Amino acid sequence: MINLNSISHQYPKGQVIKFPDWNIEDKEQWLLMGVSGSGKSTLLNIISGLLRPTQGDVKFDDVNLYGLSAKSMDKFRGQKIGIVFQRPHLIRSLTVIENLEIAASMAGCKFDKQRIKLILNDLGLNEKQSSYPDELSQGQLQRVSVARALVNKPSLLIADEPTSSLDDNNTIQVLEMLTNQAQNNGAALIIATHDQRVRNHITKAYLL
Amino acid sequence: MNILKISYKNIFRNKLTAILNILLVAFGVGILSILFLASSQIGNKLEQNAKDIDLVVGAKGSPLQLILSSIYHIDFPTGNIPAKDAQELMQNPLVKRAVPLALGDNYAGYRIVGTDTTFIGLYGLKLDKGNFWSKDLEATIGNTVAKEANLKVGDKFFGAHGLSDNGDEHKKNAYVVRGILKVQNNVTDNLILTNIGSIYKMHAEEDEHEEHQKEPKNELDEKEITSILIQYRSPMSVVIFPRMVNQSTNMQAASPAMESARLFSLIGVGIDTLKWFAILIMAISALSVFISLYNSMKEKKYDLAIMRCLGASKLKLFFLVMLEGLLITTIGAFIGLLIGHLAIEVIGKYQESSQAKLTGLYFVVEELYLLLAGLIIGIVASVIPALQTYRVDIAKTLSKDR
Repeated sequence: MINLNSISHQYPKGQVIKFPDWNIEDKEQWLLMGVSGSGKSTLLNIISGLLRPTQGDVKFDDVNLYGLSAKSMDKFRGQKIGIVFQRPHLIRSLTVIENLEIAASMAGCKFDKQRIKLILNDLGLNEKQSSYPDELSQGQLQRVSVARALVNKPSLLIADEPTSSLDDNNTIQVLEMLTNQAQNNGAALIIATHDQRVRNHITKAYLL
Repeated sequence: MNILKISYKNIFRNKLTAILNILLVAFGVGILSILFLASSQIGNKLEQNAKDIDLVVGAKGSPLQLILSSIYHIDFPTGNIPAKDAQELMQNPLVKRAVPLALGDNYAGYRIVGTDTTFIGLYGLKLDKGNFWSKDLEATIGNTVAKEANLKVGDKFFGAHGLSDNGDEHKKNAYVVRGILKVQNNVTDNLILTNIGSIYKMHAEEDEHEEHQKEPKNELDEKEITSILIQYRSPMSVVIFPRMVNQSTNMQAASPAMESARLFSLIGVGIDTLKWFAILIMAISALSVFISLYNSMKEKKYDLAIMRCLGASKLKLFFLVMLEGLLITTIGAFIGLLIGHLAIEVIGKYQESSQAKLTGLYFVVEELYLLLAGLIIGIVASVIPALQTYRVDIAKTLSKDR
């Protein structure tokens, strides 16, 4: 499903990082592990189509991601890839449900209210649909960002350090949510983390 | 969820700034709207009232005052002219139609105009109820007078001396309302029309009292009227007739067209100053919208980066930011127009002069230009912040905290 071939990236200060080739099959769940500064986020950005690598190519369902036009790339990313960032980055002027609606609207997808209701229920956010981000706790914000990544039923779910700001209970809940939802939606999952609590939940790991 | 809703939500996230920006635009548009509405209505009224009147002949004095008092009925007459001299002028072959006016009395602030039937033809007056005056002390009243003074056909009223409603009443003789005019949309809506004999009768009453103390005089020789409204027989008269009146008689001739133009040039300075003031406010509003959008971009870049991640194209985000500026200025422009109409309506309600009453239920084409100006200000103010959306580095932005 996803093939990374001879990827390398040069940072503005000149440092070059080379990534081992990586094949991710449908519905596979991976950990992307490495210490801080090892290039985990850079590789996730490259896979997401957010950062063009200096060399190499990324194929997604046999589509050369960086061969697409900017507009097609934006649409492809919106429809095929769900991203959970290290920080929730919700839009503050919108409510929880509107933050989810906007994910469908920006990618040109239909907003499936029934499905979203189930996801919010799973994440314990049903009561918070009309709340604004400023009214939520850090854990709740993170859960909303997970729900947002799942809105368009992506083929690939990417999470960058999704548990770094969560306590143990919430960590388990979010991991289960990510793995279950990825499985239920037939999506592959990549979690980039240095959080050792995550190791027991996913067996495959790509180490940097 | 469409970008209009997102823009709207973004704008009102910071309510105070949004409201201030909207108010700035609204004030600029409002002032210009008031100026356009007022000058257009006044201009139209002046034109309608002076329609078909080529010249006014009256006592020497200010020609503008003569025009204002005899056509628009908003100033005091310059004095009286001998009826005998007026009669001679009215029969001049250069004159197609001459309408004599005798002013000096009012009822509840509405001027009583002594005239003859040529006045009916000049203004094309039509009756709503009753008939035109035919005898002394019969009056035909304008539609507004009937409504505001609550007068019906057959009602009686006493005229008062002077042209404002605080003069002494002529208690001896009462006028009878003989008819009510249809709405004419000109000054006649606010006039009480009667024959000149009625005016003489009212004032004869006063003269009688005075004559007991003075030497007896020849009454016929002393008859006077206030002015004559003249329509020329041919364009040739424009050159000859006024000069003839001004040089060979003790009266003055004033052209409504020239005096109206002079009046507009006099008040034009004030109007121009206000216009520039309003334009300045609109320029400040453009700057204010630009500054607030530009400043908000610092915080908004996270939202924009997230939206890019979610599949929004750069162009879509460009329009999103543009729309915010446009929404502020468009809402401001609409509120400004509303303010303009409301202000004109309120001014109209409190206007002392009933002759040139302004109304807020009046629209001019310039208002469309004001809306267009609002749109242009929105575009100008938001184009630079909108272009910044193209420079947002998604990966870099989202790796940082707000």
